[in-house]
Amino acid sequence: MSSTGLVGVYQPGHSLLHRLPVGAKLGGLAILSLSIVLVRSMPASWVFLAIALLLALVARVRLVTLLRAARLVLLMAAFIAALQWFWYGRDKAIETVVDLLALSLAAVVVSATTPVNEMLDAFIRWITPLRRVGVDPDRVALTIGLAIQALPGTVALAVETRDAARARGLSKHPRSYLTPFVIRVVARAQETGDALHARGIGDD
Amino acid sequence: MAAEPTLTPTISFAAAGVSVPTPAEDRVILEPTTLELTERRIGVIGANGSGKSTLARLVNGLVTATTGQVLVDGLDVAKHGAAVRRRVGFCFTDPAAQLVMPTCVEDVELSLRRSEKDPRRRHAAALEVLGRYGLADHANVSVHALSGGQRQLLALAGVLAVEPAIVVADEPTTLLDLANTRRVADLLFDLEQQLVLVTHDLDQARRCDRVLVVEDARVRFDGPADAAVDDYLASVS
Repeated sequence: MSSTGLVGVYQPGHSLLHRLPVGAKLGGLAILSLSIVLVRSMPASWVFLAIALLLALVARVRLVTLLRAARLVLLMAAFIAALQWFWYGRDKAIETVVDLLALSLAAVVVSATTPVNEMLDAFIRWITPLRRVGVDPDRVALTIGLAIQALPGTVALAVETRDAARARGLSKHPRSYLTPFVIRVVARAQETGDALHARGIGDD
Repeated sequence: MAAEPTLTPTISFAAAGVSVPTPAEDRVILEPTTLELTERRIGVIGANGSGKSTLARLVNGLVTATTGQVLVDGLDVAKHGAAVRRRVGFCFTDPAAQLVMPTCVEDVELSLRRSEKDPRRRHAAALEVLGRYGLADHANVSVHALSGGQRQLLALAGVLAVEPAIVVADEPTTLLDLANTRRVADLLFDLEQQLVLVTHDLDQARRCDRVLVVEDARVRFDGPADAAVDDYLASVS
């Protein structure tokens, strides 16, 4: 389990996107995302998807990374598209799937070209003025970093717990899976807290 | 006259004990314990649930003594936790819980955040640390893609990156295969730092200068490694 597919997939490189400052990349992602959400037309959706693919090409994001992200989004999008098709028709459903795909691929391009620590440093710089109102920038940045990292770990725990339930012949009972899963997630959170504490992170 | 500086840090337990309240009565996790640990390699052995990990966790404040106090180089762990944690690195049994960033280099950088504010220098320092522990080729690899042995090495690299004076390792080889157990143990025993090693591996315990045998929430034996291991073996046979 290397990642959830959408985050934590930094790939070292020297492309134009790798060299761009974090602020420019996140700003660009925000503008593209807003455009995708606000501009409602089928041709525009295909253009946005083409832009996302072009960015992935420029950044030389590995195909397997893109496919993994696309697969995850397509699973979600299929469900949403089914509802859209039922309520609004086929065109709307296709537009929704293409938009979601473009959004996710653009996000993958940013995370594939930006180390998490670089993002954290940028967040710290941006929210440092909030120190005056009691915000601790380091803690906020660390929280974001932990949230990103927690996703693949939590997915791994979910898979392990599901396998354990299956091994005991309990796969048909959601409670036999969900209860230990929640307990393990809480325990892992406690362990991670201990680990951070032990490393002196949050002491200052 | 000022005291001579000691080469090995001093860990002092002054009647330090831990208990937790339960509806019926206080449950004792570690009886009040008095110890002065100045040896370079200190082993802690004993059965599961005997109180070994609690004893180890008292050293850097992961667990706070409910009676007495623990001092590291004269600093009260309960009052000066941050200063103590700068001196004491802690390595856990399961490195998966200890690695909190997506890639190897980012995780080591996290350790260095406090000491190196410049991102470029911090990144270079993290790469240097990874190189020191044979993980240079894995700098940008996801921590989830590492083998168990590599993860424990990375966890250790994260701890050692900030050059603590003391390393406390709580069963660091329990989840590892034989080759990685030897690799991690050799790394720990080659450290210049003072080592407090909680272990079920009696070969590792025998390599220590002093070994504590913990049983039923108290230190039942404290002495040279061979005598301590023999005492422990006798107690379980």
